[in-house]
Amino acid sequence: MSVIFKKTTGLTEAATHYCPGCTHGIAHRLVGEALEELGLLGDTIGCASVGCSIFSYNYFNVDMIECSHGRAPAVATGIKRTVPDKTVFTYQGDGDLAAIGTAEIVHAAHRGENITVIFINNAIYGMTGGQMAPTTLPGQKATTAPAGRIAEFSGRPLKMSEMLAEVPGAAYVERVSLHHPKYIRKAKKAILKGFTCQLAKGGFAMVELLSTCPTGWGLDPVEAMEWLEANMIPYYPLGVLKTPEEV
Amino acid sequence: MSRTLMKGNEALARAAIRGGCTHFFGYPITPQNEIPEYFARELPKAGGLFLQAESEIAAVNMLYGSAAAGAQAMTSSSSPGLALMQEGISMLAATEIPCVIVNVMRGGPGLGTIQPAQSDYFQMTRGGGNGDYRILSLAPATVQESAEMMEESFALAQKYRTPVFLVSDGLLGQMMEPVQFDRHTKKKRAGNKRWILTGHHHRRPPRTIKSLRLDPAKLESHNLELQDKYGRISRRETRFELYRMNDAELVFCAFGSTARIVKNSIDDLRQKGCRAGLIRPQTLWPFPVQPFKTLPESGKAVICVEMNCGQMVDDVRLAVEGRMPVHFYGRCGGVIPEPAELSEYALELLTGGAA
Ligand SMILES: Cc1ncc(C[n+]2csc(CCOP(=O)(O)OP(=O)(O)O)c2C)c(N)n1
Ligand code: SF4
Repeated sequence: MSVIFKKTTGLTEAATHYCPGCTHGIAHRLVGEALEELGLLGDTIGCASVGCSIFSYNYFNVDMIECSHGRAPAVATGIKRTVPDKTVFTYQGDGDLAAIGTAEIVHAAHRGENITVIFINNAIYGMTGGQMAPTTLPGQKATTAPAGRIAEFSGRPLKMSEMLAEVPGAAYVERVSLHHPKYIRKAKKAILKGFTCQLAKGGFAMVELLSTCPTGWGLDPVEAMEWLEANMIPYYPLGVLKTPEEV
Repeated sequence: MSRTLMKGNEALARAAIRGGCTHFFGYPITPQNEIPEYFARELPKAGGLFLQAESEIAAVNMLYGSAAAGAQAMTSSSSPGLALMQEGISMLAATEIPCVIVNVMRGGPGLGTIQPAQSDYFQMTRGGGNGDYRILSLAPATVQESAEMMEESFALAQKYRTPVFLVSDGLLGQMMEPVQFDRHTKKKRAGNKRWILTGHHHRRPPRTIKSLRLDPAKLESHNLELQDKYGRISRRETRFELYRMNDAELVFCAFGSTARIVKNSIDDLRQKGCRAGLIRPQTLWPFPVQPFKTLPESGKAVICVEMNCGQMVDDVRLAVEGRMPVHFYGRCGGVIPEPAELSEYALELLTGGAA
C-alpha cells in the first residue's frame, strides 16, 4: 500500500486548540510541511505572535519565541541579525500585523530583513472575541462594529500585501487563500517560495493567507469558507504582488 | 596605566564592548546619542552588530530576539524612550533574558526637557511594565564608575539571567572626565546556555521562550521562582558607598551625579562645624536598606537629595522606618542643585528653620 498522505513531522503531537473549521490548523500544516520538505526543521526559529496562534509554539516542531502583540517582526530581526544561518519566520494575525504591529512589519520590510512572514488575514480579532480589525470588510459585523464596519467612520480595510509590495526592501509578497483544496495547494507553493526566498538571501518575504474565523464571524465552517470566497477574495485579490527574479 | 579623557556616554559604550557586548539596537534620543554613534563606529570593528531601530519599541524587541538567540545584546535610551520600552522590559524579565539597558535620564514628565534629571527613579525601580518583576539597577556617579559598572553589567546579566539597567543621567553622560580601563576586561564566559534558541537540529525537543502561563498554579510558581532570584540578587548585589558617615549627625542620601554635588556640600558643612555624611546607593534596586538600619548614634536627620520631585525618598523612608525624620530636597526640570543651596538648606534644618 502506498502512503498518499501523512502527518508532517513539522508539527508536534499536541492537539491544537483551534475552533472547528478554523484555517489556522491548515496554515500550520502547510508551514510544517514546507519546513520539513526543505529540511529546515532543525535550523528554524519561529516567532509566535499574540492572537489565537499564540500557542503555535506548542504545535510547530521548531524552536520558538513568544512575542508581544505586534512585535514579532522586530524580534525576528534581532534573531536573524544574530544567527543569520538560521531560518527565521513570524506567524501573525491581522490584528497583530496590520494594527498594533504596523510599524514593525513596515520597517522589517523596509530594512529588507531576510525573514519569512506568514500573515493570517481572517478579517477579525479572533482571540479577543470578534472585534473589528483593520482588515474587517465594509458592512462586516464585529462586536465593536455591531452595525457592520462603516467605511466613512472607520476607514476602508488595509491591504497589507499591496502596501508592503511598495516597500523597496520587500522581495516577495503573495496573497493566497485557504478556503478550498485547490487554493490550499497554491498556498503551499507560496509558503515554500517564502522560505526559499530566505534561503537564497532574497530579503523580506511575506505570504498573506486569507483565512476563516467561523467563531468570530458567527458562521459554521462551510458557510465561513463560502463567505471568504464570496467576500474576501473580491476585496483582497489573490496573486503575486512582488517577486524576486531568481526565486 | 594611562587615563583617557572621555565623555560619560562614550566611556559607557567603550566599556560595554569590553564587557562583551556583541549586538546593539537603539533609537536616537538626546542626551544619549553618543552611545549609539560610538557603537555604529566601533562595534562592527569588534565583530559585532549595530542596528538602528524604527522606535524604542522595536529596539527592545530586537534586543529580546537577539539575546534569545545567544547574543550579549544591549540598548540605550533616555527617559521617554525607556517609557516606550516598558512592555518589552516586562517581557525580558518574565522570560529571564540576559541583556543590558542604559537610561541616560532627562527631565519629565512628557517630553520634559533634554537637560539632566533623575526623574526616572520610579521607572528604574518600580517596573513601569506590567507584573511582579525587578530589574537590577546600577547607578554610577562618575565617568570612571560608569565604565566599570557598564563593563560588569554583562556578566551580572548572564549570572542571574536578567536584564540589567545602567542608570546614568544627562550630566554624567555629557561630562568629560579621565577614565582608566584595566588591561584585562571583565568579559566572562556565559554559564548555562541551555535556554538559548539555536534550532533543535533533531537532537532535542523544540525549545520555547515564553511568558504566557494560563494555568494559575504554573504562573504562580514561575513568579515565585522569579522572586527567589530577586531575593538572591538582593542578598548578593546590593551596593552603596558611605562618605564621612562615622560621626555624622546629618545623613544625606543621594545617587548618581547628585551624590557628587552633595559630597561638596558635606565638605563645606563640615568646615562650618556641621557633621554631615552621605549614603550613596550604587544599586537603586536592590535599594541599600542596611546602612539606614545602622545609622550612627550621632544621627539626627536624613536629607534625601534628588534631581526630581521626590522619588527615592520613598525608599529612604521605608528603610529608616521612622527612626529619625527624613527630609527631601529636590530640583527638577533640568535644574542642577548647587552645593551652596544644599548647605544652606541643611543648616536651616539643623537650626529648626526648614520644613
Ligand atoms: C498589548 C496588547 N494589547 C492587546 C492584547 C489583547 N489581544 C490579544 S489577541 C488580540 C487580537 C489578535 O487578533 P489577530 O492578530 O487578528 O489574531 P487572531 O486571534 O484573529 O488569529 C488582542 C487585541 C494583548 N495581548 N496585548
Ligand atoms: S476564534 Fe477564530 S481564529 Fe481563533 S481559533 Fe476560533 S475560529 Fe480560529
